[in-house]
Amino acid sequence: MTDAPRETAETQGAARRPEMRVRPTAPIVPQANVSGNALMLVIAIMAFLACLTFGAVSMVRATAASWQSQISREITIQIKPDDNLDMEQALKDARDLALTFTGTRDGTIVDKAATARLLEPWLGEGLDIDELPVPRLVIVTIDEQSPPDFVGLRAALAEKIPTAFLDDHRTWVDRLVAMARTTALIGTGILVLVFSAMVLTVIFATRGALSGNRHIVEVLHFVGAEAGFVASEFQKHFLKISLKGSVAGGLLATLFFVVAGFWQGRSIATPQSDQATALFGTFSMGLTGYLGIAATILVIAVLTTLTARFTVMRTIHEIDLIRSDPSRTDQLPDS
Amino acid sequence: MGPEILRDLTFDIPRRSFQFLTGPSGAGKTTLLRLLFLSLQPTRGIIRTFDREISTIPRDELPMLRRRIGIVFQDFRLLDHLTTYENVALPLRVRGKEESSYRADVLELLKWVGLGERINVLPPVLSGGEKQRAAIARALIDRPEMLLADEPTGNVDPPMARRLLSLFLELNRLGTAVVIATHDLSLMDQVEARRMILSQGRLDIYD
Repeated sequence: MTDAPRETAETQGAARRPEMRVRPTAPIVPQANVSGNALMLVIAIMAFLACLTFGAVSMVRATAASWQSQISREITIQIKPDDNLDMEQALKDARDLALTFTGTRDGTIVDKAATARLLEPWLGEGLDIDELPVPRLVIVTIDEQSPPDFVGLRAALAEKIPTAFLDDHRTWVDRLVAMARTTALIGTGILVLVFSAMVLTVIFATRGALSGNRHIVEVLHFVGAEAGFVASEFQKHFLKISLKGSVAGGLLATLFFVVAGFWQGRSIATPQSDQATALFGTFSMGLTGYLGIAATILVIAVLTTLTARFTVMRTIHEIDLIRSDPSRTDQLPDS
Repeated sequence: MGPEILRDLTFDIPRRSFQFLTGPSGAGKTTLLRLLFLSLQPTRGIIRTFDREISTIPRDELPMLRRRIGIVFQDFRLLDHLTTYENVALPLRVRGKEESSYRADVLELLKWVGLGERINVLPPVLSGGEKQRAAIARALIDRPEMLLADEPTGNVDPPMARRLLSLFLELNRLGTAVVIATHDLSLMDQVEARRMILSQGRLDIYD
């Protein structure tokens, strides 16, 4: 309106006064309000829980995999003593025989001292192995991916050293594999549940926060803003909120693992730490952990932004469908 | 099924025309203005705006048509977190204009409606009359082809009402069609203009 009349006392008076300064233009969507802060808090909490669950499940899966691989990486040849048997020679023969098979990597004879230490909990200290008919062991490391022919090895051993017995730990491995798979499955199930809860919470919290801004959508719409413009203003606003909340939650979860890892490192070899390590593994964030947290933050940001866009577009659609006689629905076309 | 708010209305708003829309409370003045503004769809009947039948206009074209219409809502519809200046500049901002390109125009219009000293004030601090003037300034800022004003002088004193009326007349002289919904007989008596009287859903026009 550059052509408005100017000749009035007020405008003349104002012309003599210094020009008022306009404050820097505020964003169209208010930066901070109660619903926005509540949404940020909800997102931070859900991001923290999701990242924590992701880290915990990764740890449990890694621990289960390590149980499985450790026990399936070795086989044991047990040789029972016999009057006609030269035990030391038999141990060497057994090791050498095992190493001739494809799939074996290394063989270690458990010496007398180590055998005595193994029996110490039952027979006490100062044990003289030579006085007792104690079986001796050869531990053979194998390639997990292509293990040796156990049947052939067993037959060869029986032929060369009749008192030798091959334990391939199959029973334990099978049980541990089953347990590890169950543990990983339960962990994945919990992860899916927590992520589902996170998705639903973020969607509904975003919609709740947006419902308090409907009047802004209406005004923008009525002053001629295109739907895409209105949606992008809200998208930007909710992207900022979600990034702040999810980064805070992700950082808190990272901090938790760092502190827990630090505590575990400091209290190594104590009963509490050993117990925790045996049960849950090492509290360490590998690359997967950090990537998982970053992915969680990204998912929340995308989810919040898309929800904001979808909700604003739907609100505008609803505004456009309002009719002059709301009580008269008989002639409404299908929308 | 409830009664129809408006029925059997046939009229046009010629370009560059000036008219008052009046009638008792509840007669449907606001509904008629909203229909003209394309913020309500008629349950039946035909409305043509800028030579187009509104039921055939795709939704994504409505904002472009609304940009040719200025509206002053009875309840102002100002955004409480934006200053008077920002509220008045909002239509230009949503059109993607640079702030530097419209700042002088907005400040000049604000001075004209008597809000030159209130440019950085938020609406909750403004009086009813000041809010009304800010809402009027927002409707005028982009020189619409048609201005629809719902009780634009309802909250201001008679001198300010006269001043606002002269602003509407000036706008009309510059080519904008003006429709002012009002109960204010003294306001209507100041101008020889077409009167559209709504009563019981019907419209009588006195040229």
